[in-house]
Amino acid sequence: MATPAIAVSGLRKSYGDKVVLDGVDLVVPAGTITALLGPNGAGKTTTVHILSTLLRPDGGTASVDGADVVRDPDTVRASIGLTGQFSAVDGLLTGEENLLLMARLRHLGAARSKTRVAELLEQFDLVEAARKPLATYSGGMRRRLDLAMTLVSTPSVIFLDEPTTGLDPRSRHTMWDIVRDLVAEGTTVLLTTQYLEEADELADRIAVLDGGRIVADGTPDELKRLVPGGHLRLRFADDSALDSAAHLLAGSARDDSALTLTVPSDGSVDALRAVLDTLATPQIEVVDLSIHTPDLDDVFFALTGKTERPGLTDTKGSES
Amino acid sequence: MTALTASRPPVAPSRRRSHVVADAVTMLRRNLLHMIRYPGLSLFTIIGPVVALLLVVFVFGGTLGAGLPGVDPEGGREAYIAYVLPGILAITIAGTAGGIAITISMDMTEGITARFRTMAISRASVLAGHVLGNTIQGIIAVALVLAVGLLIGFRPTAGPLEWLAAAGVVALIAFAISWIGLAMGIQAKSVETASNLPLILTFLPLLGSGFVPTDSMPAGLQEFARYQPFTPFIETIRGLLLGTPLGWNPALAIGWAVLFVLVGYIWSTAIYERKSVR
Repeated sequence: MATPAIAVSGLRKSYGDKVVLDGVDLVVPAGTITALLGPNGAGKTTTVHILSTLLRPDGGTASVDGADVVRDPDTVRASIGLTGQFSAVDGLLTGEENLLLMARLRHLGAARSKTRVAELLEQFDLVEAARKPLATYSGGMRRRLDLAMTLVSTPSVIFLDEPTTGLDPRSRHTMWDIVRDLVAEGTTVLLTTQYLEEADELADRIAVLDGGRIVADGTPDELKRLVPGGHLRLRFADDSALDSAAHLLAGSARDDSALTLTVPSDGSVDALRAVLDTLATPQIEVVDLSIHTPDLDDVFFALTGKTERPGLTDTKGSES
Repeated sequence: MTALTASRPPVAPSRRRSHVVADAVTMLRRNLLHMIRYPGLSLFTIIGPVVALLLVVFVFGGTLGAGLPGVDPEGGREAYIAYVLPGILAITIAGTAGGIAITISMDMTEGITARFRTMAISRASVLAGHVLGNTIQGIIAVALVLAVGLLIGFRPTAGPLEWLAAAGVVALIAFAISWIGLAMGIQAKSVETASNLPLILTFLPLLGSGFVPTDSMPAGLQEFARYQPFTPFIETIRGLLLGTPLGWNPALAIGWAVLFVLVGYIWSTAIYERKSVR
């Protein structure tokens, strides 16, 4: 079996009485993107900080490319890059100087440093701003520079801690493209985010972290299947049409004031056709129809709610 | 992919050790670049002592100088320039602690320190880069303040050997004070508080032999003034530049400096990792 890029088992961390991580298990195969999704305070950043050797865990194990983060931090550091929530750039230097600083600290050598920095400036669209002080950079530019600094030594595993928080939609899409390119080149990415859209867009697998534990783990589709709530909503012209339709469609829920009928459905074309066929025979006119499939928002709220939902725990292993 | 990364050969320990020096040089270059790019902070560390020098010499100097033991009241001001300048130099060095505290605190709060920590750079390199940069800044500041002193009539009696020794003592004190300033900066929760704690150091020369002889102070204060670190610092510089008796002061000065370095180093490294994750 190939060594997973990231392997976390029973990870624990507390600050005083406050338990932040309460036994986190996570496996990220090499060359994939996993999103760590969770509300504020769920322990996402703490997990990333332990994996990037900034924090020591209280218990459990974590390894990156097979190297243990506590016993062998320098080997881990040689293969990782971290771009955190707060841009870790040197605000008193120019963009180019920041990149050269990283190249020197990674011991790339003078010639290699120069070409690598030029490459990154090009790739991250920072050529024009390269020699300008960071004070003139926009939020998106700073974030791009931050990520470029992380990539100077082409790390095999990258941690992105809320990489698009606070960015405008255009910068966010640029960031997503960059992340996709990285993975296409074989980099492993662990991404933390509060944005379900981001996880859905980028991630091969999503692990939902809540209250210091992984409450669900799977592909975006697998997670969506965990949550009921797919339905069709039909709107009718008058009460009599609503009455007839409600009579024909068993299990539907009616809303008299809105003249709508909600029919549970998986949203497939077959299911849709069956419903429409049922209504075609007595010729009941449907004014409006909409299909609702559960999205990650439903998953997020269902899984990270305060109420216990023992049925919805783990789908891990179903794909590996 | 996995096979490739997993078989990465471990870095040999000797290679890592050579990186400590290379990385410290890289960090030093970074700090010097900051200094050249943004001279404001460096300038600030010079303006304070220069203003103090002009104030005590031209406003208070006549009277203060006349009160010095064995000084003719007519030549009070000239005598006081000679007396006070080593104290002003000590204040200049003490003031650089504020500079390093602010720069390290900015690094800590901006997250770049956390980045360095994820990069297999030894913490000694990061900290040494700051300390060496600040030491160089301190030496330059002392040279500039000394130049102002010479302009307004400071006439040292030192020969080449004494000058060299004085430069060495100044460098050592600047290095020692930088370590303490560094630890204070790491300890501080924000950049604002980082600039406050080192102010204590700036007051010490005032409560030593910097501005008036310790003999003229009240009994309790006299004891403190005689045994605090800045008195041997000042007396050593004074002795080397003006030929006053040195006594045990050079040994005491070196001892205090070594103690400052040890305390600053241990204090900084002990809290560096904890404070760099925010």
